[in-house]
Amino acid sequence: MITLRLALRNILGTGIRAWLNAFIISIALVASSWNQGVVAGMDEQAARAARDLEYGGGQYWQESYDPYDPLTLEEAHSPLPEELRRLVNEGKATAVLMMQGSIYPQGRMRSILLKGIDPRQHVLDFPTSALSAAGAGLPALIGGRFARAVDLARGDTVTLRWREPGGAFNAEDATIVHVMQTTLAAIDNNQAWLPLDRLQEMARLPGAATLVVLAPGTAPLSAPPGWVFRDPDFLLRDLRELVKTKSVGRVVLLVIFLSLGMLAIFDTQVLAIFRRRREIGTLVALGFTRGQVVRLFTLEGALHGVLAVLLGAAWGLPLLWLQARLGFAVPPGTEDMGISIGERIYPAYGAGYILGVAVLSLAVTTVVSLLPSRRIARLKPTDALRGRAS
Amino acid sequence: MADELLIRTEELVKVFPMGRSEVRALNRVSLDFRAGEFAGLVGPSGSGKTTFLNVVGSLDAPTSGSAEVLGRRIEGLSHREAADLRNRSIGFIFQTFNLLPVYTAYENVEFPLLLLRVPAAQRRRMVMDALEWVGLADRSRSRPAQLSGGESQRVAIARAVVKRPPLLLADEPTANLDAENSHHILRTMAALNRELGTTFLFATHDEKVIAYLHRKITLVDGRVERDEPLTPAAGRETGP
Repeated sequence: MITLRLALRNILGTGIRAWLNAFIISIALVASSWNQGVVAGMDEQAARAARDLEYGGGQYWQESYDPYDPLTLEEAHSPLPEELRRLVNEGKATAVLMMQGSIYPQGRMRSILLKGIDPRQHVLDFPTSALSAAGAGLPALIGGRFARAVDLARGDTVTLRWREPGGAFNAEDATIVHVMQTTLAAIDNNQAWLPLDRLQEMARLPGAATLVVLAPGTAPLSAPPGWVFRDPDFLLRDLRELVKTKSVGRVVLLVIFLSLGMLAIFDTQVLAIFRRRREIGTLVALGFTRGQVVRLFTLEGALHGVLAVLLGAAWGLPLLWLQARLGFAVPPGTEDMGISIGERIYPAYGAGYILGVAVLSLAVTTVVSLLPSRRIARLKPTDALRGRAS
Repeated sequence: MADELLIRTEELVKVFPMGRSEVRALNRVSLDFRAGEFAGLVGPSGSGKTTFLNVVGSLDAPTSGSAEVLGRRIEGLSHREAADLRNRSIGFIFQTFNLLPVYTAYENVEFPLLLLRVPAAQRRRMVMDALEWVGLADRSRSRPAQLSGGESQRVAIARAVVKRPPLLLADEPTANLDAENSHHILRTMAALNRELGTTFLFATHDEKVIAYLHRKITLVDGRVERDEPLTPAAGRETGP
């Protein structure tokens, strides 16, 4: 107790130097927490977008479907089994049919994915109801990115070409009935959404689907023969890997900032031991053991960490809270990196992480303080009393 | 208590390595000190006065010979036992006062009692008593930087005596003080010796200190050259 009391008095007695050291460490704490919050926020927003717009509560894949192999797409469809059709009819799932096709905007050819979906579905949260537009011939829904890429707008007509099962090519003009602004590239880039029954008709695949998206919150059935169930964890696996890769930057930042703080503390400790030799001698003369003196100096160093946590809480928590509320604009081009986030990132802070970083910095500060303090054990009290190094 | 043997050194030798050679700071010093003595080691710089105090104060171990202080053999003490001996039984007064800079006068005096885990109420009474002995009760809230040299040394004396140690070691206590302050603190120490029976052992070459001593041991080159009783010439009757 007396050691703690003396350490506290000593560290507060050093004035601005102690606060500067603590401030540097508090920057490490706050910056790292902010960085983690941004990554977690990105992760959360991207996962939410993927769930709402693409994956739902999981997907049943036709067994030949492989999202990474477009060449197998031609075979990746089959009529909906009874169990899945029942789910679709009850509004608990929606079927999607996919096939390769081409469009010819402004006379240029571009390979795209044609996707059929029920315009009345409510499983995925994007405006498929636009595909119900009357008098549009073949209505098509495209995303904003794709519209910009091929210079198409609402009301434009564009020729679609596809291959029928017999191998013959067929074509039809489609009318862009809606251009949706979405954060999710997976439902936007190089694809056109058509009414499911129309695509089934065009492909001569009545009642067929490539995959069935389960509504979030619906308990999955066991997959019928010829179909495979992919749960949300499986579907979000790539996204999680990407986020994990981005988290490496977070660790690097934490290490850099903590190292700067620790360097300052190490320096302060070495200087303190050099300058305060007479005081060390006095403490020993008064009855402190060497161990107690080492503990005192270690504690003084460790208290920098405590001050840093308090300081970081004082200026960092309001700042982090404000950021979480207001978010910040996503820089242009971020979506092209493969994560669909939205127009703003809202950092999501985990109490566990913040607490963990605080505990880590306390632990590292203690170790860094202990290293120079161990020199005291080699200091002869008689030399220390004269202000001399042993 | 009186006449009780407090310190006994026999053939005490302390050698310090100095580059390739060595310096014999104490050379077969054999001395006895009894409880209640007001004695001083005098001699020129390098004669071994401070080294003797350091060994007796368990801050340093002898190279050979033995030193028995308050019934404890210094050469056989572990770091922890030596710290305990200093904590409970020995007070130190240094030439440079050595007050803890972040503590007030009160807290500096209180410090040894905290180490001894004296209860708060008793601690407060003992600290105020000690500060009153040295005439600084009204400066208890001052920090060392706000005290004069004389006041700092009086706080250091209060810190040394607050736990009522049987032995008080003072190394050149007046070296950084002017004549008036020197006499003031010497009168204080003499009064403490008289009233509390505290044994004082000085290392000094200051004539002002010698004038207060009852016993003078002259050291030259680490040897006892003379050990003589004195009739104090100054201030023994005068309280602080």
